Amino acid sequence: MGMTMTQKILAAHAGLEEVKAGQLIEADLDLVLGNDITSPVAIHEMDKMTVKTVFDKDKIALVPDHFVPNKDIKSAEHCKCVREFAKKHDITNYFEVGQMGIEHALLPEQGLTVAGDVIIGADSHTCTYGALGAFSTGVGSTDMAAGMATGKAWFKVPSAIKFVLNGKPSKWVSGKDVILHIIGMIGVDGALYKSMEFVGDGIKNLSMDDRFTIANMAIEAGGKNGIFPVDDLTRAYMKEHSERAFVEYAADEDAEYDQIVEIDLSQIKPTVAFPHLPENTHTVDSIDDISIDQVVIGSCTNGRIDDLRTAAKILEGRKVASGLRVIVIPATQKIYLQAIEEGLVKTFINAGAVVSTPTCGPCLGGYMGILAEGERCVSTTNRNFVGRMGHVNSEIYLASPAVAAASAVTGKISQPAELGL
Amino acid sequence: MKAQGTVFKYGDNVDTDVIIPARYLNSSDPQELAAHCMEDIDADFIKKVKKGDIIVANKNFGCGSSREHAPIAIKAAGVSCVVAETFARIFYRNAINIGLPIIECPEAAKAIAGGDEVEVDFDSGVITDKTTGAAFQGQAFPEFMQKIIKAEGLVNYINQR
Repeated sequence: MGMTMTQKILAAHAGLEEVKAGQLIEADLDLVLGNDITSPVAIHEMDKMTVKTVFDKDKIALVPDHFVPNKDIKSAEHCKCVREFAKKHDITNYFEVGQMGIEHALLPEQGLTVAGDVIIGADSHTCTYGALGAFSTGVGSTDMAAGMATGKAWFKVPSAIKFVLNGKPSKWVSGKDVILHIIGMIGVDGALYKSMEFVGDGIKNLSMDDRFTIANMAIEAGGKNGIFPVDDLTRAYMKEHSERAFVEYAADEDAEYDQIVEIDLSQIKPTVAFPHLPENTHTVDSIDDISIDQVVIGSCTNGRIDDLRTAAKILEGRKVASGLRVIVIPATQKIYLQAIEEGLVKTFINAGAVVSTPTCGPCLGGYMGILAEGERCVSTTNRNFVGRMGHVNSEIYLASPAVAAASAVTGKISQPAELGL
Repeated sequence: MKAQGTVFKYGDNVDTDVIIPARYLNSSDPQELAAHCMEDIDADFIKKVKKGDIIVANKNFGCGSSREHAPIAIKAAGVSCVVAETFARIFYRNAINIGLPIIECPEAAKAIAGGDEVEVDFDSGVITDKTTGAAFQGQAFPEFMQKIIKAEGLVNYINQR
């Protein structure tokens, strides 16, 4: 029996010829990631270990991004703890405010994640790097600590669902609509414990930023990882951003899948997930008027340059609806600078939006855009759970940058077509 | 080893944001986290929970964020065991790694009601609802995970190797 793409990467990192779904293995790690919320707990756990050194100072990435620039004294203490740990262990890839970005946009941009890698991160959206053909998955702080100390992690080899993507998405339809459509179809536990392997002719019609968005939200279907095959676009991206050698894996032709799902990208419409689960999806053309109080464009899901360009195309020459707050957050310093140089930031500010330094802030209800009781937000982020962005009686509608920007103009959930675009 | 306590019952897809909202994640102190455990889904939980009590939930318990603060808060609140139809995978790992006993059992998750007195035998995997008298066979852990649990968490397990 053949192996899936994920299984082949795991087998190679466990020093095994073959692995099977359900098998428990110990795999070598190419990168261990943590942020300002999860790293302090990991550092505390490492203090309890007899091993006092890290396995490889070049293979650990520490990215304070959730509550930075420090939102309060306690957050400042957490960041200080991470900073001191990085200094003590001479961690190569520690990213201070000024160099940092939202971790899952930053690491590929910095060339730290490439095809064939096995990566764990103490952040659930670590699955993002599957867009590059890597196995990457979210873990907790204790796994992060063990990974930093030993360079290894245990895994139960996952089975997989194959998603065959065909066709070309319509104008204004992006990776976000594709993944929301998929989560709506299979549910928030539809891929529980499993790999989501994306294949098919339609992939060539998805930009790298679209693929990052799709892999990023594999966790919202319960998936262990999401993964794309390596093609010319992936190779070009890696060559532009990284000096590391990469290894291309592809699923065997006789690999076994729990389920095969065919998706015609040309049929997908702008999609929005209603509160309070990412599976509560509706196409924007099928919904009644829903007035909103805030729009957030950013996050590890949709704060990349393609996302900002799309939003700026819609906001160019238009104004944010009266009474609405629109918050735009470029995901990294590089993207921020690019957005300034391309005039996107000017477009956002002229439209009446605010533009912030990179931070996860509002996505998890940390700061920089918290909702009051009864308020509604259209957000390009990844979760719309109860109380996720603020008051327990506030509401989040997950959408693409195009839908978010169109909604910013009309003050209700809208798609670009409603603006004649 | 056995756990016994009163049941707090929840439904599907209890996410880690409601188990411990991010507005409290500027702390990593277990007792401080426990003080806000389940706040956004059940404001009374922390007032009512007693040492040894048991959480029973339906499918996909602990979905969403990877925050280990979620099982830490549950454990520090005094909960002795979580029984669910299924667990989200990161929560599952985290619970084992920090030594919070969890057990998957769809039948028990469906049948047990909030307020019932329940006993869980970790060695046999048997879950007994003392209020109704019904017993259920939960899924036993693979040997590898039992070693981590026996060592009371991943850190001790690694230290012992």
